[in-house]
Amino acid sequence: MTEKQAERVLMKGNEAMAEAAIQAGCRHFFGYPITPSTEIAAYMSKRMPKVGGTYLQAESEVAAINMVLGAAAAGVRVMTGSSSPGISLKSEGVSYLAGCDLPCVIINVQRGGPGLGGIQPSQADYWQATKAWGHGDFQILVYAPSTVQEMVNLMMEAFDKADEYRIPALMLVDGLLGQMMEPIAFPEKDLSTIPAKPWATNGHKHKREHNIVNSLCLKPDELEQQVIARFARYDIIKAKEAQAEEYLVDDADIVLVAFGATARTTRSAIDMAREKDIKAGMIRPITLWPFPEKVIQKAANTAQCFLSVEMSMGQMIDDIKLAINCTKPVHFYGRTGGMVPMPVDILGKIEELARGLK
Amino acid sequence: MTVVYEKPQALNDMVMHYCPGCTHGIIHKLVAEVIDEMDIEGETIGIAPVGCAVMAYEYFKCDMIESPHGRAPALATGVKRSLPENFVFTYQGDGDLAAIGAAEIVHAATRGEKITVIFVNNAIYGMTGGQMAPTTLPGQITQTSPYGRNVETEGFPIHVCEMLSTLDGTAYAERVAVNSIPNIRKAKKAIRRAFEAQKNKEGFSIVEILSTCPTNWGLSPVDALGWLEENMIPYYPLGVYKDKSAEGNQEVK
Ligand SMILES: Cc1ncc(C[n+]2csc(CCOP(=O)(O)OP(=O)(O)O)c2C)c(N)n1
Ligand code: SF4
Ligand SMILES: [Mg+2]
Repeated sequence: MTEKQAERVLMKGNEAMAEAAIQAGCRHFFGYPITPSTEIAAYMSKRMPKVGGTYLQAESEVAAINMVLGAAAAGVRVMTGSSSPGISLKSEGVSYLAGCDLPCVIINVQRGGPGLGGIQPSQADYWQATKAWGHGDFQILVYAPSTVQEMVNLMMEAFDKADEYRIPALMLVDGLLGQMMEPIAFPEKDLSTIPAKPWATNGHKHKREHNIVNSLCLKPDELEQQVIARFARYDIIKAKEAQAEEYLVDDADIVLVAFGATARTTRSAIDMAREKDIKAGMIRPITLWPFPEKVIQKAANTAQCFLSVEMSMGQMIDDIKLAINCTKPVHFYGRTGGMVPMPVDILGKIEELARGLK
Repeated sequence: MTVVYEKPQALNDMVMHYCPGCTHGIIHKLVAEVIDEMDIEGETIGIAPVGCAVMAYEYFKCDMIESPHGRAPALATGVKRSLPENFVFTYQGDGDLAAIGAAEIVHAATRGEKITVIFVNNAIYGMTGGQMAPTTLPGQITQTSPYGRNVETEGFPIHVCEMLSTLDGTAYAERVAVNSIPNIRKAKKAIRRAFEAQKNKEGFSIVEILSTCPTNWGLSPVDALGWLEENMIPYYPLGVYKDKSAEGNQEVK
């Protein structure tokens, strides 16, 4: 380990993601302020000029995501960050980014909704992130870290995978993680592995044909082929990029599924349940798209039931049910609107389920 | 043998989809000629709009990006901030620039983005079949102003050059027309001047070009040129609205 790697610093989640992006070679940030994501913009506005980068405060999230589109087409590593209402405004641009096969990284520090909602933590943008980003047939990578260190690591990975697969990547976090301070270390990042981008519109210099970055295709048969080719790439992503952490799953009768900040309180609830001799465990999806179906399928062989714990009205349950083909009951415990499920409350639900077993 | 007329190098050799008599084609040619004369095709990135010029990405030989409707100035900002030494231009219609993309154009201008905007004002939504545009003249009949644009209910047309020239980030703004040979010559000079402003890093530059839409105006190509001269030019006076590099700001006419 180099000295730099060993050096640990105390940082807020939002700022740690911003710094991780810079260390991953991102030199362009376009954003618009919104609670609880504003620290990202504030950090970038301070750091970018010092590293020869661009921080630009756009006139709206619509403009910001389209600036991202332009910079991504020009071939640079680029990102934006926002919170739920602002993320909705980006959906047109994200659809175009996906249709143009452009890499970029987007952060959503979720807050309670719908509408203006509140500013407290939420996971109620799960459907939007994994299924309803915008018009058309497409998916984007969705990462769901649950510690500040993981926010750093996945931020760097998101840039790499976005470039590798020419796909937008989302960091889906919440106000709790964004504001949380934890000691972290920045891994040494090898920037020599950033793939070449021969498709970029960066001026042909009379050395190649002109490049076109475009999502328009008026011939239905051709458009169908383009979409099918993109979905073939999605199949590779599904096979290779799904990630999950398993916690005490092997002998668990009740398998809880939780991601992000909710996984932290769920872990405490499981420890409390184990002290009461209830065999509970947790699967923590680290990627939400692709959803870690295999890990959940495997657990269905031994578990008696599942419990999805979320900061929403239950948006991940369907994915769990689909993963196991409804072979085991899938229950739900959640809070919404900015309320956080507490370990004792989750424990209460675990105990209720345990009473019903056998 | 002396060559008296040539197709510009910066245009691909292909059939364009524009309607007969549409002046979009002339404007493409002028932009391409300027790119040739400045020898910047290899360094230029163009942004095509959503509108009749959507296929411009096929026609121009420089690198091209196709933008969502109205967002071209934001895309151009992203490109220019990534490649500050390259030339970046947008090509936008009036619906694209002055309606759905009004925020993006105003803020690109006020930031002084060093881009060049080719703004094609034909007082109508051409591509979607002739609906009212923000630049549709008072009284003008369109598919969605079938009784003529009533300013009481539909409001007034936007004078884009006048509006953007009030912003400090705008270095150069000129309105031209492509209805006659002398005006086409002036249009070319304006486009050249706008690209030079970008080259000299003066700030944001825009050329508003009054253009015809014979199809949706319901006129022959020749009558459309006449309609432009009689109706559009009086309402949208031609001239330089802003030239930061000239001594003092030139007033129109
Ligand atoms: C978000 C969105 N809204 C609406 C449309 C439909 N649309 C396509 S072109 C256009 C108007 C274009 O008019 P203008 O910008 O004046 O260009 P012209 O065709 O006249 O050159 C509209 C409304 C679209 N493609 N995208
Ligand atoms: S519809 Fe109008 S603007 Fe569009 S190509 Fe035809 S004449 Fe030109
Ligand atoms: Mg128009």
